Amino acid sequence: MSNHIVVLAEAREGALKKASLETVSAARELASQAGGQVVVVLAGKGLDNAVAELGKSGADRVIAIDSPVLEHYSGDGYCRALVEQVKPLTPTAVLMAHTAMGKDLAPRVAAALETGLASDVTALHVEDGKLGATRPVFAGKAYQKVMADRTPFMATVRPNNFEVGSGDGAAETTTAQPSFGPDELKALVTEVVASASGRVPLQEAQIVVSGGRGLKEPEHFKLVEELAAAFGEGRAAVGASRAVVDAGWRPHREQVGQTGKVVAPTLYIACGISGAIQHLAGMRTARYIVAINKDPEAPIFKVANYGIVGDVFEVLPALTDAVKAASAG
Amino acid sequence: MDIIVCVKRVPATDTQVKVAPDGTSLDPAGVEFVLNPYDEFAVEEALKTREAKGGTVTAITLGPAEAQKELRTCLAMGADKAILIKTGDRVHDGYSTAEILVAQIKQLPHDLVFCGRQAVDGDNSQAAPRIAALLGWPCVTDVTELALEGDAYVAHRDIEGGREVVRCPLPAVISTNKGLNEPRYASLKGIMAAKKKPLEEVEAADVAPATAVVSLSLPPARPEGRIVEGGADAVAALVDAIKNEAKVL
Ligand SMILES: Cc1cc2nc3c(=O)[nH]c(=O)nc-3n(C[C@H](O)[C@H](O)[C@H](O)COP(=O)(O)OP(=O)(O)OC[C@H]3O[C@@H](n4cnc5c(N)ncnc54)[C@H](O)[C@@H]3O)c2cc1C
Ligand SMILES: Nc1ncnc2c1ncn2[C@@H]1O[C@H](COP(=O)(O)O)[C@@H](O)[C@H]1O
Repeated sequence: MSNHIVVLAEAREGALKKASLETVSAARELASQAGGQVVVVLAGKGLDNAVAELGKSGADRVIAIDSPVLEHYSGDGYCRALVEQVKPLTPTAVLMAHTAMGKDLAPRVAAALETGLASDVTALHVEDGKLGATRPVFAGKAYQKVMADRTPFMATVRPNNFEVGSGDGAAETTTAQPSFGPDELKALVTEVVASASGRVPLQEAQIVVSGGRGLKEPEHFKLVEELAAAFGEGRAAVGASRAVVDAGWRPHREQVGQTGKVVAPTLYIACGISGAIQHLAGMRTARYIVAINKDPEAPIFKVANYGIVGDVFEVLPALTDAVKAASAG
Repeated sequence: MDIIVCVKRVPATDTQVKVAPDGTSLDPAGVEFVLNPYDEFAVEEALKTREAKGGTVTAITLGPAEAQKELRTCLAMGADKAILIKTGDRVHDGYSTAEILVAQIKQLPHDLVFCGRQAVDGDNSQAAPRIAALLGWPCVTDVTELALEGDAYVAHRDIEGGREVVRCPLPAVISTNKGLNEPRYASLKGIMAAKKKPLEEVEAADVAPATAVVSLSLPPARPEGRIVEGGADAVAALVDAIKNEAKVL
């Protein structure tokens, strides 16, 4: 058996995901303790740019399975193509980012490699020659440490949790082909519908401004949108509590919490949100939390770094103006 | 169509987590257990599919004897049959759970499998793609919209910054996300009927987990925040804090 650490990288429309670079960093860290080479394997079509970027990411080797067969994502197809390359490497560990694709693909790869998988990990461990990880469970209300009893050890790595490496180095790059044709793909993506342009994806935004029932009416969400916009283009996303999603004010894709999205931005601003335990589950790992609520006893203040006890209808417009002024200055 | 729906008994989402004396698991004292919220969407979708296409719905779980309660909930919603695969002493992970569920599924007629997006205890989100791989079937995860077109599903799933439309031929494994449907409540009649429906108990296939939990701990408390009364001064001070402490301006 080799002691390679494999990273399954993700490119969408040929563009490498930042979370994949973070995963390469995590793999480097693991390699510095466990030894071995970091080998990145990725599947898709038109991967030259992604490969070039990965080449200087700190990886030792990059294997690109670049084929028209893999132009569109297929869980079974990508799994098969990747496993064809990964299995002969007999790696000690296989890592992928915990993205929409990682969540769909990594468990399937784990099943094919007949091994375990620690999902959504925030730290990796090497102890007495065994590999393991720490991961949030119960929606972040607790952390679990798991150690692997089978090889390879597999994990999906939580995005925004490992720093991207320095970006020097030159990996050896090779290309490969899948052993099968397009007829053998089963589930296949036929269309990708982008959300309205100019919007940052909720889970990738540096700043999230969320609104809850305290806004009283769906139209008042424009106060939340204006504050988000005040931070400048492409920086802040709008989120929502379940109460307002269930009321039909906001689409489900904006829901933050245990049954919505888990976000970990640098700044999270909760406006008129009480801070129910299921909401906290989705945002409590944000680096800096601001809460605006008229009830001084609202549980959201327990996790807030900064809280204003006040009326959103007074505080939000003033805050938007002040942020605009500060951004301009 | 013979439809299998995989369900799990989990702590309710408002549970305050306490670590048990073993240091690796949840202290169950005072905890309310429920059907995993995402599995309600899976049961609903299975029932809707049966209503449209005919066939049977079988709910299966790998869990403790108490999980009979959650299986009865599925039967009361309208499932035809339920199977409790007894966990025994092992603490299963994503690997062994899928192996054991598939060993059971293979003993049943099965044309379609529904799972939830994730079980809200371990938050693994692994079972559906693993079950699909072991059955040699395709899979779509986190589905928010699903329609049968001929012999294939057209499924929608959220991805970063948008939505994917996936064409997936049957047989398949589908994992259900919030938004897919509105789970029905069990009617009084359904609850009465559930008492007479078959609920079988079987031993789990002998598969050991691939990972061991060595510790469970609570997250570090967040530092005490500054809470101030509203007003224009508060806003100016907050913007300073956003600039100097959060460092995003
Ligand atoms: C299985 C399950 C899963 C769940 N998943 C989620 C989830 O993923 N995400 C989620 O968010 N919730 C979730 N919930 C729901 C959660 O329990 C709460 O009901 C919900 O988060 C409440 O939303 P809210 O804070 O907007 O509303 P409320 O709890 O009604 O809070 C409104 C707040 O606004 C304040 N307010 C009112 N007027 C003003 C004003 N003028 N100015 C300032 N403040 C004002 C009030 O003081 C109050 O604190 C889930 C619940 C269950 C049972
Ligand atoms: N022990 C179990 N018994 C039956 N189904 C399960 C079990 N664990 C997980 N599942 C199913 O798989 C889904 C995803 O669970 P998980 O992979 O644990 O997050 C759940 O929503 C259930 O549908």
